[in-house]
Amino acid sequence: MSLKQNLHNLKEKYKGTKMAPAFNAIHTFLYLPNEVTHGGTHIKAADDLKRTMNIVIMALIPCLLFGMFNAGYQHYAAIDGSLRTDVLANFFTWDNLWIGIIKVLPLVIVSYAVGLIVEFIFAVIKGHEVEEGYLVTGMLVPLIVPVDTPLWMLSVAVVFGVVIGKEVFGGTGMNILNPALTIRAFLFFAYPTWMSGDKVWVHDAVNRVGTPDAISGETILGSYAQNQEVIYSNWDKFMGFIPGSVGETSTLLILLGAAFLIFTKVGSWRIIVSTFIGAAVMGLIFNQIVAADVITESSKFYGLMNTVWYEHLMIGGLAFGAVYMATDPVTASQTNKGKWIYGFLIGFISIMIRVFNPAYPEGVFLAILLMNVFAPTIDHYVVQGNVKKRLKRTKVKTA
Amino acid sequence: MGLLSKKDAALITDPLLDNNPITIQVLGICSALAITAELKASIVMAVSVMFVLGLGNVVISLMRNIIPSKIRIIVQLIVVATLVIIVDLVLKAFAYELSKTLSVFVGLIITNCIIMGRFEAFALGNGPWRSFLDGIGNAVGYGIILIAVGFFRELLGSGTLLGFKVLGDPIEKTGLYAIGYENNGFMLLSPMALIVVGIIIWIQRSKNKSLIEEA
Repeated sequence: MSLKQNLHNLKEKYKGTKMAPAFNAIHTFLYLPNEVTHGGTHIKAADDLKRTMNIVIMALIPCLLFGMFNAGYQHYAAIDGSLRTDVLANFFTWDNLWIGIIKVLPLVIVSYAVGLIVEFIFAVIKGHEVEEGYLVTGMLVPLIVPVDTPLWMLSVAVVFGVVIGKEVFGGTGMNILNPALTIRAFLFFAYPTWMSGDKVWVHDAVNRVGTPDAISGETILGSYAQNQEVIYSNWDKFMGFIPGSVGETSTLLILLGAAFLIFTKVGSWRIIVSTFIGAAVMGLIFNQIVAADVITESSKFYGLMNTVWYEHLMIGGLAFGAVYMATDPVTASQTNKGKWIYGFLIGFISIMIRVFNPAYPEGVFLAILLMNVFAPTIDHYVVQGNVKKRLKRTKVKTA
Repeated sequence: MGLLSKKDAALITDPLLDNNPITIQVLGICSALAITAELKASIVMAVSVMFVLGLGNVVISLMRNIIPSKIRIIVQLIVVATLVIIVDLVLKAFAYELSKTLSVFVGLIITNCIIMGRFEAFALGNGPWRSFLDGIGNAVGYGIILIAVGFFRELLGSGTLLGFKVLGDPIEKTGLYAIGYENNGFMLLSPMALIVVGIIIWIQRSKNKSLIEEA
């Protein structure tokens, strides 16, 4: 008997019982369900939730693979700086990939396993079908944490994020906050020593503190915040050969993913573009402040204010947040005008937090969470504005 | 019940669960969020509120027939303020460190909605003995939640209970810390208190469906 037949039999056997959603979920995840809707009119469309989620995951795979190589590359390059002279020759090596396999893959597996267990438990208790919402969250989470994040911390955070960020609001499609960012925020506030600073971004840097083999894991944002030069060229920053969270370093691959999402109409180009515009505008404003000599080099904001605006778009998690986080259709604004406002403010506030909080230069996730909360308000005013405009028009006609 | 009639006993037992001031009436949330990072502070706060609410209810109940209803809020405030000042001074005299931790929140017992709420809703219309029971019942109901929140926040946030290192020493890496456990800093921040209270409310309402309000 085939696996499909087995699953089908299991599903039939548990039909109507408490455990039914769990078996249904496994069956529909692997195969197309063989049920047909009876009676009434119904719309047939290929772009269901499962398809949408799979497209986002496909867009994320290059970032994940790159992140696995980069985890190893940053580790070895921190030990032996000469590796950085010929990046391309030293990047795609088996040694690098091996570090990625032993450090990054467990993050992915734990993220999925814990998250799906929570989803299954809730589906069984509440008696609804398991929703596909976690498929993307589970892939995003490992990409936005430092490579050495302990697995138990990730598990605790995933349980928190899925339960408090999503299930209490009623599950997929009802959440106010992006669950992946809720998980990231929980990790940041709960375990700050593992989530920020200059030691967590390169594999093994934490363990080597105080030993003769000590290595630095400073991120570019961290160095800029202290007004130090970095050894990375703009090319490195764009390609992603820099330390950072697992999957968010390569602006190139993120832009390719963005192109894929826009082409398949899964991601909103309005949000992506407006987020970059917002960040560029804020960056330009800060550049002008420096150029006008309003602040001096002794100011603690000088380093990041002096960062050229287009560099702001490449370093840190801004690009990743703009493309994969801000565009989450559940938590973003729904109206087209609202999307422009929503995206612009995310970019604008991200750079503002980055500059004004030198202790924590990575403000993108906070900015997106903040705008998640405001998205319904933005939509409300956009809709009301439109209603008023139309009312005015009819009045003019009748008068 | 030998000591208390059934009706009187309900005055104490009702606020513990099905009419809890925090989880059902959602009163007194501010202090529940602000001072529950430590179990000790939660306990002291719970006892202080019990003292103020129990005695205050008796005083208001005794005066209920002579207070002109136009100025009753001011009279109530004076009664609470007097009792709170007693608590504050006692804490400063005998537990100075603790009173610094609680800082303004002892003074803010005056504005705790539970106290004015019970004065208005119960003590103004009932005799002193029943008012006393009602005050104690509500204060205990408030205290239970405060202590539960304080327990989880101190245990998970600092790894201690009442200052004892129950999970081991985080600096010398003993106990749970030896295998890589770390304190959850988020637990010490006020938002987490709100979430813990929320989880308690969630559990309580899923156990007793009749408490769920109509949407």
